[in-house]
Amino acid sequence: MTKIQTLPAADSKSVDSTSKPLPPRRPRESRGNLAFSRSARTKGLVKHAILILTGGLMIYPLVWMVVSSLRPNDLIFREPGLWLNSLEMSNYTDGWSALTHPFGHYMINSAIVVVGSILGNLISCSMAAYAFARLQFNGKKLFFGIMLLTIMLPFHVVIVPQYILFSQIGWVNTFWPLIVPKLLATDAFFIFLMVQFIRGIPKELDEAARIDGAGHPRIFLRVILPLMVPALATTTIFTFIWTWNDFFGALIYLTDPDMFTVPVALRAFVDSQSSTSWGSLFAMSIVSLLPVFLVFLFGQRFLIKGIATTGIK
Amino acid sequence: MSAISELSSLTRRKGPISAAERKANGRDNKAAYIFLLPWLVGLLAITIGPMIMSLYLSFTDYNLLQPPEWTGLDNFTRMLTDARLHNSLGVTFTYVLVGVPLQLAVALLIALVLDKGLRGLPFYRSVFYLPSLLGGSVAVAILWKQIFGTTGLVNQALAMVGIQGPGWISDPSTALGSIILLHVWTFGAPMIIFLAGLRQIPHMYYEAAEVDGASTLQKFWRITLPMLSPIIFFNLVLQIIGSFQSFTQAFIVSGGNGGPSDSTMFFTLYLYQKGFGQFDMGYASAMAWFLLVIIGAFTAVNFIAAKYWVFYDD
Repeated sequence: MTKIQTLPAADSKSVDSTSKPLPPRRPRESRGNLAFSRSARTKGLVKHAILILTGGLMIYPLVWMVVSSLRPNDLIFREPGLWLNSLEMSNYTDGWSALTHPFGHYMINSAIVVVGSILGNLISCSMAAYAFARLQFNGKKLFFGIMLLTIMLPFHVVIVPQYILFSQIGWVNTFWPLIVPKLLATDAFFIFLMVQFIRGIPKELDEAARIDGAGHPRIFLRVILPLMVPALATTTIFTFIWTWNDFFGALIYLTDPDMFTVPVALRAFVDSQSSTSWGSLFAMSIVSLLPVFLVFLFGQRFLIKGIATTGIK
Repeated sequence: MSAISELSSLTRRKGPISAAERKANGRDNKAAYIFLLPWLVGLLAITIGPMIMSLYLSFTDYNLLQPPEWTGLDNFTRMLTDARLHNSLGVTFTYVLVGVPLQLAVALLIALVLDKGLRGLPFYRSVFYLPSLLGGSVAVAILWKQIFGTTGLVNQALAMVGIQGPGWISDPSTALGSIILLHVWTFGAPMIIFLAGLRQIPHMYYEAAEVDGASTLQKFWRITLPMLSPIIFFNLVLQIIGSFQSFTQAFIVSGGNGGPSDSTMFFTLYLYQKGFGQFDMGYASAMAWFLLVIIGAFTAVNFIAAKYWVFYDD
């Protein structure tokens, strides 16, 4: 690579442009002649065509599911198109009351687990992150290494003893097994995300607070936490989506229909459904995806930043 | 910096801070351990403790009701002759070795098309990213079950052009394929990591190459790919680790039994059946440790191979 750098063509201007975020690049083609820019325009059109086609193909099943949920049941297996003759709301009303409890009951259960998990992650992970990012202590490197390793640890290795542990203290069919681990910062990548963020906060701010006589709890609460709101937002959004979608944990710990969260309720719906109720199954699936979709609409900025900086899913 | 590069730099860096430096820094052991307390308790009670416990259980016969009974290597010798387990390994390897490269290739391809300051980029990015948020849900697995069913959306579309499609998820030869497709469908997350990586490649490399008359393909092979290789590596490691643990989609699409004829019996699904269906906790623990060893081995091979193809600029 160094060879390329020393090529004469790397004039001062282009070297400059790499050191800062590139200004709205003038299209490289505009330097060329007319024929060249015309071929560039076709190239752009081809790109858009590819993107619209693949994007459309990817989203089509989702849109089709929404449309199908508004159709009479038999059409779901006959109509691949998106044309709606009439709005059939019965799938939603039927689906809502198809299980032992109205579907809202499961959504409330899910909401409880989600809120608990979010609070747990926010509190425990930010505390651990502050220690890793700002404090000097014995064994820091070792602990930090262990923390990074636990991000990659498959949960199957711990799930059997965890189940035994939680069932012995009588927590099966409660929400505790789903919430307590978050209170104990087991979602380690959020620690990592926050460590990265705190490292970017100028240390002078802590030092100024310390000179004013603030201790660590105060620096953490008054200086660091208010400044790391974006990282907290990313954590909140990801925790929301993952917990809302979490199937495995709920499948293992929640066997009583009273305690079902949305994913296990949907699964019970699939298992119980006769071949004629696909419409209401679709309807409830859409209801279950709606919160995630809304979070995606309003929290996209944080999601994309979070993924790009830490590489979490 | 990613978790992985951070981890490798931890092992690379030698010699702790000097004693003098340590003194100057001052230590806040007490404060630090208070801040770390929730995490430390979790580490011991929810992670390390259970890991040791499951290692112990893997040498026992345990059904939750009677106390565990030490059986030595029984569980592991059983694994050697368990044909369903071997089959589930094959299914999982196929899923990982086909699904992950395919998903990353699509992610890279779309990221490359999206990269060059394209108009409407935020919109496209959202459209491609949305499936990876929804893909892990039961709802989408239900949708998949319908789409690839005998009279599902795919076959309805095929019928319009006069093709009679098979029952994709009821046919053992195509069932796994439709689940792999679901994995590929969620390429949005690695795509966004690729986009961030592409943006960090200094523009002057391309300008210099253009002056030298390099073709688009040459620029891709000689600049983009080497410069992006750390990101590709990072995605590869994470996706492989994650894919070995996939569970929900296969569970829902197959109705929980890994069918038809075990063609979607993922290793994790089999583990679930053994542990939580038949309460054969000892065997399930042995399987879990075996899974950990497999994932560890794959990751180690990845890191070793990385020396030959991952290019670090610094």
